[in-house]
Amino acid sequence: MIRLEKRPSPSRFWTMLTPVLAVVLTMIAGGLMFAILGKPPVEAIRTIFWDPLFGEFAYYFAPQLLVKAGPLILIAIGLSLGFRAGIWNIGAEGQYIIGALVGGGVGLAVYPSDSPFLFPLMVIAGGLGGFAWAMIPALLRTAFRTNEILVSLLLVYVAENIMASMALGLMRNPDGAGFPGSRNFKDYPAAFNDELVTGVGMHWGVLAAFIAVIFAYILLQRHMLGFQIKLTGQSPRAAVFGGVRPARLVIFCLGISGMLAGLAGLFEVTGPSGQITTDFNQGYGFTAIIVAFLGRLHPVGILLAGLLMALTYIGGDAAQLNLGLPSSAIQAFQGMLLFFLLGVDILSNFRIRFRKREVV
Amino acid sequence: MMKPKPLLAIEDLTKAYPGVVANNRVSFEIEPGEVHALLGENGAGKSTLVKMIYGLVRPDAGRMTLKGEPFEPHEPRAARAAGVAMVFQHFSLFEALNVAENIALGMENAPPQRQLAARITEVSETYGLPLDPDRLVGDLSAGERQRVEIIRCLLQDPQLLIMDEPTSVLTPQEVEILFQTLRKLSAEGTSILYISHKLEEIRALCETATILRGGKVVATCDPRDVSARSLAEMMVGQTLMQPSRARREMGPVRLRIKDLTLAPANPFGTRLKNISLSVQAGEILGIGGVAGNGQDELLSVLSGEVHTKKGAVELNGKPIGDLGPNERRALGLLAAPEERLGHAAAPDMSLTENALLTGWVRKRLSRRGFLNWGKARAFAEEVIADFDVRTPGPANAARALSGGNLQKFVIGREILQAPDVLVVNQPTWGVDASAAAAIRQALLDLAASGAAVICISQDLDELMEISDNFAALNGGNLTPPRPAKGLSVDEIGLMMGGAHDMEAAHVEP
Repeated sequence: MIRLEKRPSPSRFWTMLTPVLAVVLTMIAGGLMFAILGKPPVEAIRTIFWDPLFGEFAYYFAPQLLVKAGPLILIAIGLSLGFRAGIWNIGAEGQYIIGALVGGGVGLAVYPSDSPFLFPLMVIAGGLGGFAWAMIPALLRTAFRTNEILVSLLLVYVAENIMASMALGLMRNPDGAGFPGSRNFKDYPAAFNDELVTGVGMHWGVLAAFIAVIFAYILLQRHMLGFQIKLTGQSPRAAVFGGVRPARLVIFCLGISGMLAGLAGLFEVTGPSGQITTDFNQGYGFTAIIVAFLGRLHPVGILLAGLLMALTYIGGDAAQLNLGLPSSAIQAFQGMLLFFLLGVDILSNFRIRFRKREVV
Repeated sequence: MMKPKPLLAIEDLTKAYPGVVANNRVSFEIEPGEVHALLGENGAGKSTLVKMIYGLVRPDAGRMTLKGEPFEPHEPRAARAAGVAMVFQHFSLFEALNVAENIALGMENAPPQRQLAARITEVSETYGLPLDPDRLVGDLSAGERQRVEIIRCLLQDPQLLIMDEPTSVLTPQEVEILFQTLRKLSAEGTSILYISHKLEEIRALCETATILRGGKVVATCDPRDVSARSLAEMMVGQTLMQPSRARREMGPVRLRIKDLTLAPANPFGTRLKNISLSVQAGEILGIGGVAGNGQDELLSVLSGEVHTKKGAVELNGKPIGDLGPNERRALGLLAAPEERLGHAAAPDMSLTENALLTGWVRKRLSRRGFLNWGKARAFAEEVIADFDVRTPGPANAARALSGGNLQKFVIGREILQAPDVLVVNQPTWGVDASAAAAIRQALLDLAASGAAVICISQDLDELMEISDNFAALNGGNLTPPRPAKGLSVDEIGLMMGGAHDMEAAHVEP
């Protein structure tokens, strides 16, 4: 009989090792799945994990890594602060959309402008947009004890409808011959989020993500507020005894995660995406939830997890192109990653004992 | 003359859990009609032993014999069928159902309600446990709820009744009523295995005591022939330190509560009604009462977790009712709640982090919000050293500590912050005797150094040992404090609500 025995303290060794173990298990199970689909498993795994970085077309794929990882990390860092405190913002996707619309809208409203202050202003507006959208679940929770999971999630669908309406109405390109979608920011230098160094995919949003990682690390390790966040998540009653005001923490955590998601949206729409369309969002807000957990809600972990997740996206695209794998197989593969991660997580808190069944 | 056969004989019963031998070759016998005490500290193995008798835990080795037959219950149902019944310390009753419905739920083949109600009335009359089968359990006092559990057992005609810490929820008057019932049962031939660590009770009720320490039987005696002190020393295995009280001068009033009325934060809480009290520098005010009469609520009003009208609570003459926990700490009012894990300390956090939890304001463990981990660790180490907390070090998680050690840490953490006023709730609950003595001594020393201490506790012996003044909480009301010296057990019991209008057992002489 296999028994699980709770460890007196979580094992540091297994906390570090479980993500690696989860990736290995995903490769094995994913390989099996690819084999059943009739594709060469080793080649598929190599196409996903190796080729984008070191293969023949790395010059094309590698910059994409930062482009994809940037928003994932930025959003996931914000989410992780709330998740640590037991405050569940599931609607980062909505905050991402609203941030992009508000920030992008500021730029479009003053078109054409060549002011050097325009882009910083748009960044601030984008952050505030996401912040404001996250304040809806925050204030509803503090005032009426609504569930922030439901409210924030449902607001994603509201945001999507606002996005479609904007792309078709208010923000539609007047010179666009009636096609849906705004002006393209690539043709609007003062508002364009260009690559900082050509050819590596590094734009302002990626830089912001790295800054967020450092900021979150210091907050959680060295600052009272970070301590209170962890305390609230682990032991809410002890936190109140320790002087934490839960309502303020809800507003802070939802606010900062909304703001970072809004920033991610703004950087994306003014950069890699380039245009407000009826569906410019790419699900980063939802994928970031996986990234946050894959990174064990730790800033450095999230940095690595964001890069890994971006790699599976790019590698997945490559595998679709080169091997003709169906996109649903790639999604299943990503799902396995989360599944195994949560599954082996138990090893850090429990010890597995094998022993004979007691004779009854 | 031949010795009568014992009802239950236990031989060499052993049960080991990973890392600890809970019972090590335990042997004793219970005679028919005997009231047998099982005595020991927390962790001595009492619970494991009775769980084996009641079929909840299977022994690793050893034998049990009931009425001369081998007895190996593999589940409580088998134990009940053989005539063993148990009243647990924590009741398993549904408040929204009435007495008869609750009893029916625990029966194998419950008869129709009317028939059952008649039997309940019959049994309760016979044993002097008046109880109306149609009353909602939610309306009953703790003593009456315990009657429901006892009658549930008596309906099975048990030959052995196990009672686990039955008096922890009762006032002294209610205890006396319970004892009358137990004596009647024993006179009729029912054996009772009575588990407790309250020595005076055992001396008043039991004929034989088996004393467990560290999973082993260390002594068997007749508790009526032995002093409570020597019973305690057998239980602990060492000479007990008697807390010493230095003579203290009372100083100015440190803390005052004026006409405090407060609705509970949750629907199961107790409403505090018109509470007034004051404590002086150098004074220990003991607040007694049965659990659930407003102790937690009173503590959270004082700790600052619950806010009140500004003027309802005053510290050194300054109104503080609207201040949060850390603002109060800064002014010198500290608290240690009852629940160690999850309230006074975060279970999964290290002792350093837990030292930070309440210590950062007064010990200046942060600067402009940035934490000084080195200083926090040093503070945690200071608590560990000064209060003899047994742990490998401050990096250990709080939940890895035993109850007594964690309690010493929690109390020490507050005392080392040199409070003007310290409020503690159940400071020695679930703590072994030597740790409890150390904690009481620390509270006495703190008061001697000029602090005011409020000690909320359900342990009356503890309150009598350390308090200068005594008050009791009963249904959210606080009695006016009276000097503790010279208070009799009867008077204390009446302050706690007496028998709560519970009818006395009608036991024929």
